[in-house]
Amino acid sequence: MAIVPVINKIDLKNADPERVESQIEKVFDIPCEECIRISAKLGINIEEVLRAVVERIPPPAASIDEPFKALVFDSTFDHYRGVVANIALFGGRVKKGDKIVSAYLGKTYEVNELGLLRPAEHPTQKLFAGQVGYIIAGMKDVKEAQIGDTLYLQEHPVETLPGFKPAKAMVFAGMYPMDQSEYPALRSAIERLTLNDSSVTVQRDSSMALGAGWRLGFLGLLHMEVFNQRLEQEYNASVIVTAPTVPYKAVLSSPKLIKEHGSEEITVVNPSLFPDRAVVSEYLEPMVLGTILTPDSYTGKIMTLALNRRGIQQNMVYIDDQRVMMKYLFPLNEIVVDFYDLLKSMSSGYASFDYENAGYQAADLIKMNILLNGEPVEELITIVHRERAYNMGKAMCERLKDSIPRQMFEVAIQAAIGSKVIARETIKAFRKNVLAKCYGGDITRKMKLLKRQAEGKKRMRRIGNVEVPKDAFINVLKRKEK
Amino acid sequence: MIRMMRHALHAGRGALCLRSFSETRGEVIEDVLQRTDSARLTNEASLYVHWPYCLRRCSYCNFNKYIPRENNDHMMTECLQRETETLLQLSQVSCITSVFFGGGTPSLAHPSTIAAVLETVSRQANLSDTAEVTLEVNPTPVGRSKLEDFFHAGVNRFSIGVQSLQDEDLKVLGRDHSPQQALLTVAEARRLCPGRVSVDVMFGRPKQSVESWENELSELLRVCDDHVSLYQLTLERGTQLFKQVLEGEVTLPTEEETAEMYLCARKTLHQHGLLQYEVSNFARQNAVSHHNRSYWKGTQYIGVGPGAHGRFVPVGEGGVLREARTQTLEPDIWMREVQQKGHATRRRIQLSHLELLEEVLVMGMRMTEGIDHKHWELFSPQLGLHEVFGTSSDVQELLQRGQLILDERGLRCSWEGLALLDSLLPALLVELERRVSLRLQEDEHAKGQTNRTSNTR
Repeated sequence: MAIVPVINKIDLKNADPERVESQIEKVFDIPCEECIRISAKLGINIEEVLRAVVERIPPPAASIDEPFKALVFDSTFDHYRGVVANIALFGGRVKKGDKIVSAYLGKTYEVNELGLLRPAEHPTQKLFAGQVGYIIAGMKDVKEAQIGDTLYLQEHPVETLPGFKPAKAMVFAGMYPMDQSEYPALRSAIERLTLNDSSVTVQRDSSMALGAGWRLGFLGLLHMEVFNQRLEQEYNASVIVTAPTVPYKAVLSSPKLIKEHGSEEITVVNPSLFPDRAVVSEYLEPMVLGTILTPDSYTGKIMTLALNRRGIQQNMVYIDDQRVMMKYLFPLNEIVVDFYDLLKSMSSGYASFDYENAGYQAADLIKMNILLNGEPVEELITIVHRERAYNMGKAMCERLKDSIPRQMFEVAIQAAIGSKVIARETIKAFRKNVLAKCYGGDITRKMKLLKRQAEGKKRMRRIGNVEVPKDAFINVLKRKEK
Repeated sequence: MIRMMRHALHAGRGALCLRSFSETRGEVIEDVLQRTDSARLTNEASLYVHWPYCLRRCSYCNFNKYIPRENNDHMMTECLQRETETLLQLSQVSCITSVFFGGGTPSLAHPSTIAAVLETVSRQANLSDTAEVTLEVNPTPVGRSKLEDFFHAGVNRFSIGVQSLQDEDLKVLGRDHSPQQALLTVAEARRLCPGRVSVDVMFGRPKQSVESWENELSELLRVCDDHVSLYQLTLERGTQLFKQVLEGEVTLPTEEETAEMYLCARKTLHQHGLLQYEVSNFARQNAVSHHNRSYWKGTQYIGVGPGAHGRFVPVGEGGVLREARTQTLEPDIWMREVQQKGHATRRRIQLSHLELLEEVLVMGMRMTEGIDHKHWELFSPQLGLHEVFGTSSDVQELLQRGQLILDERGLRCSWEGLALLDSLLPALLVELERRVSLRLQEDEHAKGQTNRTSNTR
């Protein structure tokens, strides 16, 4: 792969192109001389870049005489014309009317329209190997044009282009409407948003606390946040976002269950379906390899944070006299909520973080229950690593304590693993709850208050003998405010 | 009693109410007139008269009170009379069962004001010689000196705002009298109306402890008469005390301590024969407040004066539903409106059948005797207490926990339940609403059926 290193913003006062060039050489092994220093703002040296692209980057190695073979690298949805797939041809040619096949789905389509991107769509009759353009072939769903897919002519099947893996969701979040009456509106909003974003995985889900909703999978936390924001801003949807959960796996040991699920290894996404220890030979949690770049003055703090998050250091190297690059193996669920934010804030924004999928590892996972006066609350079942159980349990108990009103008896809120209680909060009982004076004007006021309480009572849930407002669970489940 | 009769007011205090009563102090025997019970609902009312002026503002008070810039007593008196007349006519009641002068500081008014209002009442309706006439008293030396004149004007019960027997506390509360002055006032009142003096005390005050409260109670019990009202200090937004607490200048006892104060006070008063008959009211020798009891019994009351509240059926206008009425708050504006229209009613809201029942329930449960079946029947002839509450699982739970009692007598709180009344009421209200709406639906449905059958004939 040819790389043209370009250093931008040399117009800035504190620009130090020499230092950057030597960093590039150290990290990427690219000689300083190849770097082109530009200022896009002032238009300096832009010509150089274009020239370098022409000179240094090899033309696509593709032959028109080979059978047609194209890579789908993006897709959008047009209401009138259907799916528009952006393709790069690696061989052969294609024209209107040709019958093409998607390697991923095995479905056949007829080419309706194709053309180049300049950058607007510029329809043509044919596309040839080496060109990049768009194609419209009667696909109705963006999922039919998966990024990384290979297209070929029906009569000439080819080997799929390498490196195709369906975009894998790494971060999950539960999304529920504020009120079940808003479910249809939210459903259509999510449908429309995912039309143009095929990398979001959508699964119907329901929770006893929050009603019907979805478990959405995103490529990353940022992806999720952008999606959420778009939901609120573009579609006026008000959404309850629950803490993202990661896809744990369990290796079943019970033959009956293996048969039931169709395989030995299953993915567990819904905590209440977490298989018991007795039928499992091991639990697995997804891991990531995280790369942290930071000025060395923050190294200590960051190493502490990483350690806190069950990170195991793989590598640490100074990339120049001031900056450190560290590689850590993290359990995915330790970084999906707020790791990035913490990293940024403790390094005044100078540290950077990137991560990639690093498979699964055995983990000591447990199912944690929340009990109200001994009665388990199904909606609040959480899968958590044994080391995290206490903190998580305590936090949930505290949040619940703030959300449940006092009753005429004591309320014990407990977090438990199996029968062992690991955290507890108590809500004291009322010893006195009666208005002292009730004459004249007080009566009207009191009646209003009591009627409101009576209304609220109708909407409360009974868990055992405890009355719980509907939004108590939302408060426990939703993501912590930044 | 006899003395009061001798001091009976001039002509106008016409015929006695259609009730028989015994000679024992204040006791009225509900008797043979059950058959006219439902008529009694609109036939009688109690009267509340509000004197809005105070010399100072107590730090905790959020009542409708004003410090007058000039002396408006004369005009205020005239307007009180006028509004009394108008509203009595509007209500068409033939009998006023009790009168209560509250405020503000009613004891600041001239005794002739009291006499004038009572006279106006007598002109419009029957006001028995033995009807309870209460005056709230601020126990300053001035207040004390006027007691006898008030008595001659027709007052036969005094409610003395003692609040506290600790000098320091009185200052924190913003009161303008000393404990000694209060005690002297109580003594004078007892001289004039033996057995008909009530003392108001407050607990949950800043810096109070359960122990100091116990001691204070003992001291009080040595000198009080046969009626005590115990009020928990409640922080109301907009008061000076609220601000002080918010800013950390003043700290109130914890909820635990206050609950303890209430519970031990109930016990202590009981030991001294003062039986609790309502959340905050205790009496012996049957010296209950008839006026307040009529609130809790859901009977009609007419509110006269700035900010006064009333609940009655405006029969004079052809009304059939009971209304919740409030008079204009501000004295100057109130006076103007009374002069223009005869009364200054600012708000009138009709109470639906359900709303009326809700009030009867909420108010009735404040009494230790609760609501008996006959009383409930007055307001809800079709749905009895057992029907409404007997089958609810929530209510069953409360019954089982021993906080609520539903038996052949009626519905009431237990001793423990009374302290937690506001936690019990929502469940009762939910059930009441359910039953009444259900019955309403059934009635509509039945009406529809009969209409249909009659149409097909």
